[in-house]
Order: sequence, then C-alpha cells, then structure tokens
Amino acid sequence: MLYFIEQCLNGVQLGMLLFLLAAGLTLVFGIMDLVNLAHGSLYMLGAYFAATFATLTGSFVLALILAILASLIAGMVLEVIAIRPLYRRDHLDHVLGTFGLILFFNELVRLIWGPEGRTLSPPSQMLTAVQILPGVYYPIYRLVIILATLAVAGLLYALVMRTRLGMLIRAGASNREMVGALGINIKLLYTLVFGLGAALAGFAGVMQAPILTVQIGMGENILILAFVVIIIGGIGSIRGAFVAAIIVGLIDTVGRAFLPDMLRLVLSTNAAQTLGPSLSSMSIYMLMAAILVFRPEGLFPAASR
Amino acid sequence: MTASLDPSLAARPWFAFTPRTVFTIALLAILALFPLYSHVTGNTFILTLFTRVLILAIGAVSLNLIMGYGGMVSFGHAAYLGIGGYAVGILAKEGIGSGFVQWPLAVAASALYALVVGALSLRTRGVYFIMITLAFAQMIYYVAIGLDRYGGDDGLTIYKRSDFGGLIDLNNRTVFYYLCFAVLLASIYLISRLVNSRFGLAIRGTRSNERRMRAIGFPTFRYKLAAFVIAGALCGLAGALLANHTSFISPAIMHWTRSGDLIVMVALGGLGSLFGPVIGAVTFLLLQEGLSRVTEYSDLILGPILLLVAIYVHGGIGGLLEGRRRG
Amino acid sequence: MIRIGVLAATALALAAGMVQDASAQQKTVKIGFISTFSGPTAAIGNDMRNAFELGLDHLGRKLGGLPVEVIYEDDTQKPDVGVQKTQKLIESDHVDFIVGYIWSNVLLASLKPLTDSKTITVVTNAGASAFAGELCSPYVFSTSWQNDQTPQAMGLYMNQKGVKSVFLIGPNYAAGKDMLAGLKNTYKGKILGEEYTRWPDQLDFSAELSKARASGAEAIFVFYPGGAGVQFITQYVQSGLKGQIQLYQGFTVDELSIPRLKDLALGIPGTQEWVNDLPNEANKKFVADYIAKYKLRPSYYGAQTYDAVSLLNSAVTAVNGDLSKKEEMRKAMEKADFKSVRGNFKFGNNHIPIQNFYLQDLVKAGDEYVLKTVATVVENDQDRFHDRCPMKLGQ
Repeated sequence: MLYFIEQCLNGVQLGMLLFLLAAGLTLVFGIMDLVNLAHGSLYMLGAYFAATFATLTGSFVLALILAILASLIAGMVLEVIAIRPLYRRDHLDHVLGTFGLILFFNELVRLIWGPEGRTLSPPSQMLTAVQILPGVYYPIYRLVIILATLAVAGLLYALVMRTRLGMLIRAGASNREMVGALGINIKLLYTLVFGLGAALAGFAGVMQAPILTVQIGMGENILILAFVVIIIGGIGSIRGAFVAAIIVGLIDTVGRAFLPDMLRLVLSTNAAQTLGPSLSSMSIYMLMAAILVFRPEGLFPAASR
Repeated sequence: MTASLDPSLAARPWFAFTPRTVFTIALLAILALFPLYSHVTGNTFILTLFTRVLILAIGAVSLNLIMGYGGMVSFGHAAYLGIGGYAVGILAKEGIGSGFVQWPLAVAASALYALVVGALSLRTRGVYFIMITLAFAQMIYYVAIGLDRYGGDDGLTIYKRSDFGGLIDLNNRTVFYYLCFAVLLASIYLISRLVNSRFGLAIRGTRSNERRMRAIGFPTFRYKLAAFVIAGALCGLAGALLANHTSFISPAIMHWTRSGDLIVMVALGGLGSLFGPVIGAVTFLLLQEGLSRVTEYSDLILGPILLLVAIYVHGGIGGLLEGRRRG
Repeated sequence: MIRIGVLAATALALAAGMVQDASAQQKTVKIGFISTFSGPTAAIGNDMRNAFELGLDHLGRKLGGLPVEVIYEDDTQKPDVGVQKTQKLIESDHVDFIVGYIWSNVLLASLKPLTDSKTITVVTNAGASAFAGELCSPYVFSTSWQNDQTPQAMGLYMNQKGVKSVFLIGPNYAAGKDMLAGLKNTYKGKILGEEYTRWPDQLDFSAELSKARASGAEAIFVFYPGGAGVQFITQYVQSGLKGQIQLYQGFTVDELSIPRLKDLALGIPGTQEWVNDLPNEANKKFVADYIAKYKLRPSYYGAQTYDAVSLLNSAVTAVNGDLSKKEEMRKAMEKADFKSVRGNFKFGNNHIPIQNFYLQDLVKAGDEYVLKTVATVVENDQDRFHDRCPMKLGQ
C-alpha cells in the first residue's frame, strides 16, 4: 500500500513534467494550428542551458531562471526565423519541416556541448528523502517538481484567464480568423505564444535533469507522450492538458511498477519484466486510440471549429 | 491545401520529355546498371547501400499510395516494415526457412494489421489521423520490445536468408539487388494501374473533396480502407526484403522516427507522383550517407534542407524539376 | 535560387556518397574500433579510445613493425546501429581487425557479419554468455571476461562476509540478465527480489529502490554501467537507503562514475578483474602514462582495451607483418604471448581469459578518491560456459 502511494506520487510527478510540455504544445497547436515536432528540442535545449549556467554560476536556482529566459528567447527567435513561414502550409509540411528541425537541433547540441551529455545536480539540501507519511519516504526534489509545476500551472491559469494576453490566447484558440480580423497584431501574438511554449518546455527540461538526463535526443521520447496528452486532453485546452497529463503519468508509472508483478503470476520473471513495461506503454496509446475513436475532440475541447 | 482544381486530376499526357521524365529515366538506368559499377570497382559496400535504398523506396512507394494520392498522412507506416521483417525473423527462428511460407505470411500479417488500424483510424481526419496511426505504430513497437523470446529490444539475428529452393538464390548480392529492383518496378506498376483506374480516381477525388465524393455516391470509407490495406501489405513485403538484407530485425525499425523518414522520402520526392517516392528515397538516403562523409555534423545541413523544402517547394524534388512554385 | 541550391546540394552529396574511400597505398594495419561515443555512456568509449591510443603510442604507432590506421565508429549503444557500423567497417573500409564492443546486445547483433567474414575481432568489454559458449568463433577473442564471472566473484565474497539476504536490480538486456544470473550462481543466501529495468532509457529507479526497501533485504546488488550507474547511486543515496541497506555492485562504481559521485560512492564495494593498483610492471606504466597524458584515471574498460593492443601486436609480429596469414595470426593470439596489465593472462578454449578477480573499494586519500584492491576473491577463474564451446586451443 505504501509502495502504491509512492508510485502514485511518481506518476503525478511525471504528469507534471508532461503537463509543462503539453501546455506549450497545445497552445501552439490550438492557436496557430501548427504541428511542432521540434518542441522536444526546446525541452532539450532548456536542460543543456541549465547545465551550462549551473557550471558557470554554481547555483541551481540561478541556472533555472537563466535557462528559462534562454529558452524563451530561443523559442521566439526560432518562431520568427523558421516557424513563421510554415503557418500557411499544411500539416504535412509542418511535420516535414519540424522533423528537419529535430535533426538540426540534435546535431547543433552535439556540436556545441559534445556527444556525451551533461549532469545537473539539484541543490544539495534536496538530496535526501522526507517522510511524508509513516513509512513512506519520498525524495524532496521530486516533491519540489510537483509543487513548482503546480505553481506554474497556477500562474498559467492566471495568465490565460485574467490578462489581456490570455484573453487573446483563448480567443485565438476558439476562432483564429476572427482575432486576426479584429486588428490584433497576430504576428506578435504568435511569437509570444510560441516563446511561452518554449519557456515551459525549457522549464520542464531543467526540472527533470537532476533525476533523469541531459543528453542528445532526450526530447523525442517524451514528445510523443506530450502529443498523446494533448489529444486526450483536447487540442487547445490547457485544463485538458493538465488532467490528461496526470492520467498519462499515472498509467505509465503505476503500470510499469505493478504490471510486471501481476504478470509474474503467469509468466517467467524474464518475460514478465520485458512484457510489463511494454504493456503499460501500450495502454497509453490504446487510451489515446479509444479517445480518438469515441470522443475525438478530447476530454476538454477548447475550440468549436 | 487549395480546394480548387487539383492539378493531379487533370488529364495528362502519359509520356512527355520534361526535365522530370529525363531525370527519372536517368535515375532508373543508373539503378539498373549499378551492380555492374560495383562489380567493376569491387566496392561491395555501395551495392549494399543501394539495395537498402531500393527496399526503402518500396516502402515509400507504398506510403505514397495513401499519402500522396489519398491524402492520408500515416505516421505509422514503418510498423509494416517491422511486421514483415519479424514475420521472416520469427519463422526463421522457429525453423521455417522457406521464403514461400515467410513472404506471403509477411504480406498477410501486414495486411491484417493495416485492416485493423485502418478500420479504426480512418474515421478520423487531419492531425487526428496522423496521431492515431502513430499510436498504433507505437503499440506494435512495444509489442516487439516485449517479445522476449525473439530478442525483445536487442533484436533478432536471422542466420539464413529466405530459401526459395532452386528458384532463386538470395545469398548472391547481385541477384538480391535485382530482385529488390524488380519488386520496386512491379510496385510502381501496380500503383500506376490502381491510380489510373476507377479505384484510383475515387481515392484522388476523396483527397480533393471527400464530401463531394460521398454526395456522388462513392463509399469513400471502403475505398480508403482498401488503399490503406494495400499500402500496408506492400510495405510488409519491403519489410521481408529488409530482414533478408540486414540479416537482423529489431524493434528499432518501427520507431516513429523511421516512419518520419518514410514521410520525408515521399514528401521530398513529390506527393502523388509515380516515381516521386523513388527520387525521394534515393535523395534522402544518399544525402544522409554523402553528407556524413563530407562532414561529421551532417544533420546541420540535412535538417535545414528539409525545412526549406517544406517551406518553399511544392511537390518536393519532383516539383523542383517541374518548375512548380508553391501553390 | 532555393531550387538550384537544393539540387546542387543533392547532386554534390550524391557524388560524395558515391566516391569510394581511397585505399591506402602503403601497407598499414587497418583497425576498426566500435564503441559508444555519444550519450551518457560516451565516457566508456572515450576511456577505451584513450587507452587504445596510449597503447599504440607505447609501440610507436606500429603493430609488428607496420604503421597503424584506426577507424573509430559510434554504435550509439544500439544493436541495429552497431551491426550497420560493423558491416561498414568490414565491407567498405576493409579492416584487418575489429576491436571494441562495450555492450553484449550490440556484440550479439554484430556477431554474424564478423564470423561470416572471418574478421579477427578482439572484444574489449562485452561478455555475453552466448559467444563464450555455443556461438564461440575461432576469430573472436576477448580481453575482458564473460559476464557471469565478475558477479560470481561478488557472490563468493558476500558468502565470505555472511550476507544473509539480497535484492537484485539490473537492466533488462543480455548483460544485465547474465550479471544477476552470475550472482545467483555462487551466492548462498536468500534472494528476496529480482528486478529488471528498461535499458537503456529508464533512468528513474525509485520504483525498484522502494521495492528493495520493502523487501527487508540485508543488501542490494546492482549492475548499471555508465551514466545509469551515476543515476542509480545518486537515487540510492537520495532515497535515504545508504546506511540502511548495504549496496554491492558490479561495473557501477568505477573510475568513470567516481568523479561525478565522489562521496556518494564511498563504501560500496565491487569485484573486478583489474584494479588501478595491481602491482605488475605493465600496469604501473599504463596507469602512470594514462594519468600523465589524459589527466584522468583509467578504468577497467581502458585496461582491457590496452591489452588488446598488446594482443594484436603479438599476432602481427608472429607473421612478420603478413596480414594475409589469418590462421597463423589467430593461432598466435591464442597463446596470449604478451604482458597484460592484470598480471597473469591466458585464454580458455573459448578465447575468454582465465584470470583472477579482486575486491575493490573506494577510499578517500586526502582530496582524492582512489580505488583500492582489498582482497583477491578468486584465482584463475574460468567462465562456466567454456564447455559449451566446441573449440580447442591450438586448432
């Protein structure tokens, strides 16, 4: 039971990281109708920026802030140079173009930072576990991830619901042409939205670095999960992204933890260990396929298109 | 995409000496005579490389049927390479080495999976279709990883190539090359027959305006599904060839980035053209190989090339040759 | 403009792709080196390359009097890439020898092209049981070990120490399964759990660590090479388990992970066939020159690769530089006529070394972290798969 609680917390923590990625992705898709495969590259850049800043400044927090800023700027620059020309093309061209960007960024990172990858240490105070319930120890740093992301989610909610920019974002997600027709500077809006998405992705990249990895191609695996999240949640909906991210995070983590044990009742250890993670990964895609067949707009559809 | 007259539906002369046709004929001639070059120079590696190009071109041709002509962007097409490959690999491991059993099963298994995937996915459109085909490819990818007996993630070595009795010896590199070339040409012929038939007109019409087609009375779902299954089956055959070629099969061939490669090949060559996929496959794979010999950081060039093609060129390399601007 | 540019780029690349590598005019020894040079385990590949280069330097960049050309290829830790690179080295670069292979799964995938082409191969790390047994080949040699040997020695040590129960954790690929199986082979206490994690991308071990805690085992044994090892040990400490459950390891704490772990790795013993401080002459020279040239400490990956240079040298010398005499070269290699950095070295019938295994532990000497040999656990250990290999030495 205690082990189950711990795994649920891990699932929530993974869900938080997925939410950060999915939020940016769903905004860009919902408002600009752009399929951005290179979103994972922005996540990767965030992690690498942080690793470098941490070495330069010696402080995790400072590195985090600088990395988020750097990701924001990188995102906006990328939007102006490479993404803007893609808006008028169709989805296939988006896929082709942003696929090319993935290749480019992987190689660029290899050129600048070398092929080995980097490490990023969390603040030393966070290097232990805390007893949140009798018998249940949970690493402090992972709790920090959950709390920090909740804070960011709150800020994002405030931004989208309470500010003028947020109003434009919601309007754009609902009816893009109308917003343009009303005379808003669409180009600037798009750049800001893309930059926001990049900053969120960069933030996710930094936060996961101490427990997972900073290496080339790290964005690709999680990018797929992020797409699954936005499909399940509903394209253009941040609320949907939040709920779906937690669902996906829980299924993936709890599935990976418990399926092998359940399978071991009927299969050999080796087979159970290999099949278990496979099945739990598959279950996420099966959920997405089911949503697409029965409720294609997702759980919380944003647009009425 | 513009909703006006789709140029590919217009009546075209079957044969004309445009730069594009000249290029295509030249390319086919080079491909046909390649083994001679390899023989003369003693460079066997380059024969291996071009065999791989041919096999992936078959995959691209199959994808072009649904993506180029049918407008269905499938982001899970590499799954069929894997299914075909694993059919050969699993049968080989279980002691069934006959190509007469392996290859039909490879095609059948791929067709079956395509039927299931298509039946569920084709109810969706646009980016949802892209994602659901991706989902199904990921599912089979994870199934392959879970196949502990057949190597799982480490892959499966195939010790003997498919045996066809005295009919043909696949162990001879040159023979194998020409077999792949023959299959490629046969696939293109098959596609050309399909596309120029009533079936093909229906598919292309559906891509242009599905509502109108349904209004006329075409059961578009059935046609799309049929095309999807044919594409899957053909790609499964390519998978069987690939497994023979590399003597190795692993889940990696079904990774979504491999599906991305196939999409790039089709898009690069020009959607909805017969030889476009071949041009695209040759260009993409040789670009990769060539650039990697010129510089250690080849993707720094390849990536932006793909981006530029996506932004500026309508109709891929084929469109470039035809002088088409973005439409 | 764009159109012309793209067409030109394509044509150039096509042309470049078709150009054959100019083969060397003079007689050189061409060696293909396959290892991992990217990703979190690149440090291993770099260590091996450093040691290989050092070995060549020590011989004046000549093997048996012939100048040497080395082509390094990156398998990116993937079996399908490894097999492609192996085929490229054999068919395109026409190498005389192939050296390397960190990962058992990459080696197993590449074995067929190697044996089909009869390319003399020196495996400097991977120790899959298959190629020590049924898949053994007269052309493939190992300067490392068979995967079971190292954890078997650990099992013996744990018996000596009276450890009553253990929880096993390892990666789910060929070597991971071999390692845990090896421990189970000799360890006499109770196995309270056996967990395999997805390899190589699962770097989050919290689930397995909590299972270990829940099992109540007295000790944990792990195998996580490269960057994963750093992650595991960091999380082991972060979860508060250090001090509660003793950790024993194979290939997880080594000269590559120690600079990143520092204090975290203290007091986690492991077994190995080579430790930095082995007292023979060849080793002293190797370690001293390695530190002088690279400002880093060599690991056993490097030591194993350094021995490969000496082994190849003995082969080429035996045929007086006539590389076409493959059969004579490999027979010469079977004699293992060179001074290994681990002291005694001879081959078993399956071309796997018969060697000692030592217990190593990390101690702090001032500001430095040093691995020390604590004890010799077993001498002249031979792997348990050698009788599944039909070869005999000298044939």
